[in-house]
Amino acid sequence: MKATFSIWRGDAQGGAFRDYPTEVSEGMVVLDAVHRIQSEQAGDLAVRWNCKAGKCGSCSAEINGLPRLMCMTRLSDLPLENPVTVAPMKAFPLLRDLVTDVSWNFAVKKRIKKFKPRPPDAPDGTWRMAQADIERVQEFRKCIECFLCQDVCHVLREHQLHDKFIGPRFFTYAAALEMHPLDTEDRVEELKEAQGIGFCNITKCCTRVCPEEINITDNAIIPLKERVVDRVYDPLTRLLRILRGS
Amino acid sequence: MIGAGGAGLRAAIEASSAGVSVGLVCKSLLGKAHTVMAEGGIAAALANVDERDSWKVHFADTMRGGQYLNNWRMAELHAKEAPDRVRELEAWGALFDRTKDGRILQRNFGGHRYPRLAHVGDRTGLEMIRTLQDQGIHQGIEVHMECTVVALLKDGERVCGAFGYDREKGLLHLYRAGAIVLATGGIGRAYEITSNSWEYTGDGHALAYDAGAELMDMEFVQFHPTGMVWPPSVQGILVTEGVRGEGGVLLNSKGRRFLFDDIPDNYKAQTASDEEEGWRYTQGDKSARRPPELLTRDHVARCIVREVREGRGSPHGGVFLDIAWIRKKLPNAEEVIKKKLPSMYHQFLKLADVDITKQQMEVGPTTHYVMGGVRVDAETQMSTVPGLFAAGECAAGLHGANRLGGNSLSDLLVFGQRAGAHAARFARERRAGEVDQRQLDEAARRALSPFEERGDGTGPYRIQHELQKMMQNLVGIVRRESEMARAVEELAGLRRRAAQVRIDGNRSYNPAWHTALDLQNLIVVSEAVARSALERKESRGAHFRDDLPKQDPAFAKFNIVVKRGADGAMRVERRPIPEMPTELKKIIEEMK
Repeated sequence: MKATFSIWRGDAQGGAFRDYPTEVSEGMVVLDAVHRIQSEQAGDLAVRWNCKAGKCGSCSAEINGLPRLMCMTRLSDLPLENPVTVAPMKAFPLLRDLVTDVSWNFAVKKRIKKFKPRPPDAPDGTWRMAQADIERVQEFRKCIECFLCQDVCHVLREHQLHDKFIGPRFFTYAAALEMHPLDTEDRVEELKEAQGIGFCNITKCCTRVCPEEINITDNAIIPLKERVVDRVYDPLTRLLRILRGS
Repeated sequence: MIGAGGAGLRAAIEASSAGVSVGLVCKSLLGKAHTVMAEGGIAAALANVDERDSWKVHFADTMRGGQYLNNWRMAELHAKEAPDRVRELEAWGALFDRTKDGRILQRNFGGHRYPRLAHVGDRTGLEMIRTLQDQGIHQGIEVHMECTVVALLKDGERVCGAFGYDREKGLLHLYRAGAIVLATGGIGRAYEITSNSWEYTGDGHALAYDAGAELMDMEFVQFHPTGMVWPPSVQGILVTEGVRGEGGVLLNSKGRRFLFDDIPDNYKAQTASDEEEGWRYTQGDKSARRPPELLTRDHVARCIVREVREGRGSPHGGVFLDIAWIRKKLPNAEEVIKKKLPSMYHQFLKLADVDITKQQMEVGPTTHYVMGGVRVDAETQMSTVPGLFAAGECAAGLHGANRLGGNSLSDLLVFGQRAGAHAARFARERRAGEVDQRQLDEAARRALSPFEERGDGTGPYRIQHELQKMMQNLVGIVRRESEMARAVEELAGLRRRAAQVRIDGNRSYNPAWHTALDLQNLIVVSEAVARSALERKESRGAHFRDDLPKQDPAFAKFNIVVKRGADGAMRVERRPIPEMPTELKKIIEEMK
């Protein structure tokens, strides 16, 4: 059986979708088709990938307009009577073809205060934590850093507020640190100011595209917003802060 | 540091803590290395679940699993230091699954006598790499993402730098260094069916070999018994041993647990006598012995091949792996499976339309790991080339003829830490070497040679595919003298064609160019595998020969080492294994 893939070819200077008809078979995912096209028709087609099993988060792209991992998108779930469009993520600068410059994400992460544990609980330097207390953080730590949530977030995608807003990935990261049972650091002030959590208006686009099915909005962003509100806007806390002079 | 998986990151953290300036060069983005694919856990004798565990038991298990070809000093250091390396991850923010009393939980795995693997569901590798990555970025390590090293530079005997290109623009880079740690992982892309990604082309192995270092144990390639087999596009993707650790069983088309039919003598005393005892073991009954599904990977993989060859395989050429059967034993089985094996559940449902809480999986062997690698000193991880270190999968020694599951992640941590510390020390204690312009020019010429106009050269993907098919068929799980000899001949032909390879496009993010260069490394490591396998005239561990199916005690006395000869051809030699100290021998005897 044949299908056609309309793949973005080009770089920051410009480019166009180009159609590649290719043979497809049972069980194939979009990344398989892209690889076949690469090996048979377009040797220099630029694409990032690694594990091909949904675990590394390298092969993010926009397939028929939806941000997805190419390795986890099966052809059987797509209407193959029309060309399948495969485009690079739009929220980041294009390098070439399907590859974008995601280095901004790595720079943002560096700015988030690192994990700071409380002193060990036991004389041998270890801690005690109940499974029930770590489960919500384990959900956030499933993140494979595919940056699809960043790609779909309108604050970054449409408004390009990359210098004022860290995006859903890093709210999830901050939430994992803030809710870590051992962590003693305080990140609330930066979340409000430099990291711009207020720009998020909880439309849940990020949650919908997460290939790891992390409840980004409900479990990470909203609780962080609540912490910000409790700290900054609660009148009693504010009064105490003024009295303490902090 | 060349490579940013578990070993490279751990080495970088250690070296930068020691106060030297550290650059980390990696082929992919940070955090995408193959370590993320590790599922089951990190082996360390923490004794949190079974207090009978200790470094001695872990040491003995590792040596038994490696058929005693291991570097015993590395196995000793590894068993002693792994617990500290795991606890350190917790101090850096890792969140392992917990025991009831709040400590790090440990699970059963093949070849480990007691539950020993610290884990996070079935995504332990992701937890580990993220923890190291997040720790590392706050230490001032300079990370060069999406850069590939193609040559090491030497000043006399010692290394003094590395030379490579960046993927984005295709610019060439010189990295001057007082010491270099190779942490480039494995060689899985030399085979057609593999769990490894595009990166695993034996770069560190080939760089070290080209720089004059020795490679050891290259005949030992681990074929993980359980990879996905259907549909074709997912063939080779790993199915964690954790499935069997949680009670999963292997069945042939007759519904028989065929592993009960063939239990090696040296494991008989430790293996369950019936299915019931095996089940009790997986549920934590300390009086029970482990089920045969948890025998070592080499053995399980061979038994699967036998079932398939003798006509008792599954419809797509594998066997069945069944975890759904535990519904008969546990009322909340579905919940347990989803909790303990979330990514396996997800992977089969999404990629193969199989619900593992209700249906059997189809699995077969997949190329997973290479025990062989750069021969290094046990204490320092330095190769035979001064200033050149290696750690993790690209180094040899710890695993001998067969690696136990879970010993890889601990290997990365223990020897990554050691390599980082000793590389830092080496660099601090000496003046940096001088880079020789001629070496630099030659490396640049070689790196750009695929762009030269050449006659009717074949594309790099096609040659790579032919190489993979050839290695799979001729130097795979079951080997024969004549086939391996043919592989060596075919490699010579592939080398000639690889030198004439032709690519399209320019230097900006061009995977054809990258593949053309990776191909050179794949050919070097493939030759090392084939020649070493020819030299080992017996079957042992992961190296199985149809024509010599028995172990030969004479071959227990040495490792096989390859090195480039003065004429440029590959030399193979037998290197005697040093005598083990009495106290270690005693441990092995006690644990038999």
